[in-house]
Amino acid sequence: MPQRADRIIASMSVAMAALATLVCAPAVRGGPIDFVRDVQPILNSRCLGCHNGVKGAGGLRLLERGDVLGEAESGSRPVVPGKPEGSELLRRVASNDAADRMPADGEPLSPREIETIRQWIAEGAVWPVHWAFRAVERPRVPRAPGAAWARTPLDRFVLVRLAAANVQPAPEANRTTLLRRLHLDLAGLPPTPDEADEFIADASPGAYEKLIDRLLASPRFGERWGRHWLDLARYADTDGYEVDGPRPNAWHYRDWVIGAINEDLPFDRFTLEQLAGDLLPEATPREHLATAFHRQTLTNNEGGADQEEYRVEAVIDRVNTTATVWLGLTVGCTQCHDHPYEPLSQREFYGLFAFFNNADESQVRLPATGEEEYHVRKAEHERALEELRRELESASAEQRPRLEQRIRERERRAPRDPAVRLDVMAERVEPRTTYIFDRGNFLRPIRDAVVPPGGIGVLHALKPGNETRVDRLDLARWIVDPANPLTARVAVNQIWQHLFGRGLVRTPDNFGLNGDPPTHPELLDWLAAEWVGRAFSSSEARDRGWRIEDRGAKHKEQSPKHQPWSRKRLIRLIVTSAAYRQSAQHRPALAEIDPRNGLLHRQNRFRVEAEIVRDLHLAASGLLAEKIGGPSVFPPFSADLKRIDFRSDLEWNTSTGADRYRRGMYTFFKRTLPHPNLTMFDCPMADATAVERARSNTPLHALITLNNEVFVEAARAFAVRVLCGEKCDDDAARLTRAFQLAVTRLPSEGERARLLTFLDENRKWYAERPEEAAKLVADQPFADVAPAELAAWISTSSVILNLDEFITRE
Amino acid sequence: MTQPPTTRREFLTGAGAGGLGMIALAELLTRDGLLGPRQALAAETPTATIDLAVQQPLAPRPPHFSPRARNCIFIFLDGGPSQMDLFDPKPKLRELHGQPLPESMLENVRFAFINKHAPLKASPRSFRRYGECGMEFSDLLPHLATCADDLCMVRTIVTEQFNHHPAQLMMQCGQGKLGLPAMGSWITYGLGSESQNLPGYVVLAGGRGTSGAATLWQSGFLSSSHAGVLFRTRGEPVLNLSNPPGLPRALRRRGLDALADLNQAHFERMRDPEIHSRIASYELAFRMQAAATQLGDLSGESPHTLDAYGVDREDWKIKVKRDGGPGQYRDFATNCLLARRLVERGVRFVNIFHGFWDHHENVDGELPFYTGMVDQPIAALIQDLKQRGLFDETLLVIGSEFGRTPLGQGAAGRDHHPYAFTMLLAGGGIRGGHTHGETDEIGWAPVRDPVHVNDLHATLLHLFGLDHVRLTYRFRGLDQRLTTVTRESRVVPELLS
Repeated sequence: MPQRADRIIASMSVAMAALATLVCAPAVRGGPIDFVRDVQPILNSRCLGCHNGVKGAGGLRLLERGDVLGEAESGSRPVVPGKPEGSELLRRVASNDAADRMPADGEPLSPREIETIRQWIAEGAVWPVHWAFRAVERPRVPRAPGAAWARTPLDRFVLVRLAAANVQPAPEANRTTLLRRLHLDLAGLPPTPDEADEFIADASPGAYEKLIDRLLASPRFGERWGRHWLDLARYADTDGYEVDGPRPNAWHYRDWVIGAINEDLPFDRFTLEQLAGDLLPEATPREHLATAFHRQTLTNNEGGADQEEYRVEAVIDRVNTTATVWLGLTVGCTQCHDHPYEPLSQREFYGLFAFFNNADESQVRLPATGEEEYHVRKAEHERALEELRRELESASAEQRPRLEQRIRERERRAPRDPAVRLDVMAERVEPRTTYIFDRGNFLRPIRDAVVPPGGIGVLHALKPGNETRVDRLDLARWIVDPANPLTARVAVNQIWQHLFGRGLVRTPDNFGLNGDPPTHPELLDWLAAEWVGRAFSSSEARDRGWRIEDRGAKHKEQSPKHQPWSRKRLIRLIVTSAAYRQSAQHRPALAEIDPRNGLLHRQNRFRVEAEIVRDLHLAASGLLAEKIGGPSVFPPFSADLKRIDFRSDLEWNTSTGADRYRRGMYTFFKRTLPHPNLTMFDCPMADATAVERARSNTPLHALITLNNEVFVEAARAFAVRVLCGEKCDDDAARLTRAFQLAVTRLPSEGERARLLTFLDENRKWYAERPEEAAKLVADQPFADVAPAELAAWISTSSVILNLDEFITRE
Repeated sequence: MTQPPTTRREFLTGAGAGGLGMIALAELLTRDGLLGPRQALAAETPTATIDLAVQQPLAPRPPHFSPRARNCIFIFLDGGPSQMDLFDPKPKLRELHGQPLPESMLENVRFAFINKHAPLKASPRSFRRYGECGMEFSDLLPHLATCADDLCMVRTIVTEQFNHHPAQLMMQCGQGKLGLPAMGSWITYGLGSESQNLPGYVVLAGGRGTSGAATLWQSGFLSSSHAGVLFRTRGEPVLNLSNPPGLPRALRRRGLDALADLNQAHFERMRDPEIHSRIASYELAFRMQAAATQLGDLSGESPHTLDAYGVDREDWKIKVKRDGGPGQYRDFATNCLLARRLVERGVRFVNIFHGFWDHHENVDGELPFYTGMVDQPIAALIQDLKQRGLFDETLLVIGSEFGRTPLGQGAAGRDHHPYAFTMLLAGGGIRGGHTHGETDEIGWAPVRDPVHVNDLHATLLHLFGLDHVRLTYRFRGLDQRLTTVTRESRVVPELLS
């Protein structure tokens, strides 16, 4: 399978790079044993199939050092550090007796593997804690050869690995590429021609930084990075499952995310509000709203569905999502049993479950604009009604019908409360008792296995504020505690991934023993330490954690440079680096040494996300609506698609006016029938948290961007924009402008000539076929230009808007 | 380039392309009629523009071991057809009609709608044995019954879900959860597809839509290249297939030539092989436009074939709730015929969905409408595949997400039943004329040879030469597979020929 092959090649390349850096060779090559490099692979591939957290054959599991030091079931000790001869593990793998020898099934270990284990035990059986479970310690920034290249400390970490592999970094990308890259990465939109001119003309040394600051301050930043977060939040506009009813107010949470990111709400605070906003002291409606993060779970309203089954299902999803999003752990296995390959137990799963089991689905009243007016009018209304009722009391029999009629009319005109009620989480007054479910089945709670809320043992301790009532706020604080070895690393990796196309850890959802190690471990730790801020010691941080709510304000006074957990600050740091600014050009000579670019020997180029494909077309053609936020919209959608949905009651009233041209992220997302223009380009289905998007490349993409109504409309508008643009009086100038509008850079002579040839082909074609021209031009009459001419430009525009480069971030 | 090239030929040679450029050049010149006689077909179907196997997720790949089937047609009768009214006669129910189930059978039983003390309901249908094998069918399936010796009837399929959407997901994706790849996605992931002009996994839908809608053919954590592509029975066969009005195919061809040249020029700069994949995708899209249009054009089919499938039949005039509108009989028959045309063209996996068999209120009255719709076309499909020599390599699966209860619901309906239901298999590697498994005398649960849905999956993959334990994809820290990592599933050898 290609993906598998990829993985193997990737790990081979990492291994090869590691080999290249070796100063001293391991084991039989001499030199001390490195457990992670030399021993763990043997255990994983040859032993863990049976001696894992589930099977634990012979009472032995091989996940942590503690597992091998005690007495096994047989009474012998698997490993006695420093004493290979007394170690049962070595005796069994080296045994000549086939009945006694391990592995029980399959080939015996090779002499070299046995020697590795022997030497490891002899050297003291060092078995370090898994890298991701160790507290983050700020590494020293290395001195690196060729350091003149470095623009930030970050670059030195990159250089060290490049130098070890004897690879030069790529040259810096040209200014137009950098401009478009930053615009796509930070705003998800191409630069306008004016913005491009301004940047290209700005020769000042700080021009690049100025551009970054402008983009970070743009509200488009919140849309761009908000959408990344919404993938994690599994945000959608409907319930899911068969009925899949609408959630008309879901967008309020989406807008909360955009706003929070634009305000640069520090990530720890951002976390607290979403996991436990309702439990914050004197929580505001917006803090309640933040908890809608966990209201994005699915709801099954299919007739006959067991509601308790799906409540439990949602709680399980909240546990899994929280663990994946913040901790980079896949705890799903432990719903049913202890984790086979990670030091995570079933009991711990239910410890996390207990936090969310005590949270119920609830609603919060969100004050709206016009509310004051509403209260005034309501008081007025009530006063008037009261008066009428008093009149009625003392009214004569003939007056009564008229008065009654007036009262009825008045009542009908009662002012409407503009406030909306939003779906949020709220803590239960009476906590539920959480039991371990036998094999994860909610119908089989194990009555004597009551589990209180709790953290994960392999991480730092969870210290509740109030022992008698441990709640989600404790969990959230435990997650953002700087002593937590995972949260900062995981979040930094997610951010890195959006700026390089891939994370430093290639398994962003799995930082466990079974995930990929980081390509640049020290860089990851340095970024994490730098981000969280070295000012905090653990106890101090805990202290601050309790009052983290004051912190936002306090830190706003400080320069944003020092604001801990600031998303914008971290992004700024990364995009100013020389590593980020490299060209994305492939270097064929490196295709074998570093095929997946694990060394960061260049930037990556990759197709933009589904929503951005749409946004680029709308922006280039000038159709894009500026509006940010608000209710989700309904761009054109093939009407007969409704037929595949059993309920067939999807109300897809195509939006008109500006709402027809909103950014892709505002498209109403129906879970069982999402818009194909989104899903075809790998937009996640919002059924579970999505830490990473696929980047497929299929013929159906071509059919969409060539033929779909939205994209044909964009090509038409693009042609009109080019034809009536200023400074364009001949074909060459117009084609240049068209090219720039699409991909920012100027076309080469060859490119422009090729387009000119094609434009002329079109002219001839349409001159002979006015009826075709009229059809393509459709209802886009453009008085100054003959239909055949406009048609020729539309057809040419469609080619430009289908360039690989157009939907690629380079 | 100092001088702007004026022709495409010059442009390309000027670009100094390597191997690819030269192949592309030869192809483009052929297309232009410059290197040889220009045939319409050759121009329509460029053959070697790009090595399609390069990063082409649907390029054919070898299976784990020698396969028995190359293609699959899975007809999914959404909603849960009533097995004891169609496939699994229960004369005992006549005796017990109107009585409740004994308490001992009701432990741990959950239903969607009915009370578990609802009375048993007998089937009004009559059953007969057919073929040399003596397979039993009710009077509602006279056509299918003539194929008895080709069919394998499994009466003991067991699922874990009793609501539609989760159960449909379980049948399609292995678990009652969203976010997992469908079987068709797994198979194209494992084997690629032999069709270079059509998607590897095609979905045909008709009648009232399914509970699961597009979630039933999603690719989950696999690339969306492996997602099912919905073909429509009416209108343009694939979404966005038609060029915009006023931009006909010949001009589109020229546009794609220009596009390929420009992309190639950018490749010369960036050297990213993904650009070649993009060029290949556009060429494939162009070929797909022709191929899919051709596919839907039934004018080349003989009147005999069209008749056999019943493509021109009118809907039966039976008043049915939730029927999905007029023209369903035609839609279903057309979909069966299209399925044959698809596998004929090398499409790996075809899923036909047809709802809505969820007969809670009037199973006796409404079932004939649906069996009348599917009986003849499915039988015709089997005969047609046999005549064309496709039967032995095409796996045919007919079934649903669950069955229906022997207990009645209301006056004339039945509720969902996950504990034992019937599916039919035929074709590539399947043991024809075999009835597998046995349910107890009221059809409640298997008494012999239960086949869990995941065992069925393991068996189907096996027929494709795929070991269900080895066909994995690493996601969320696990080597995920169709048959789930938490269950030990097995191939059912008795179903194989």
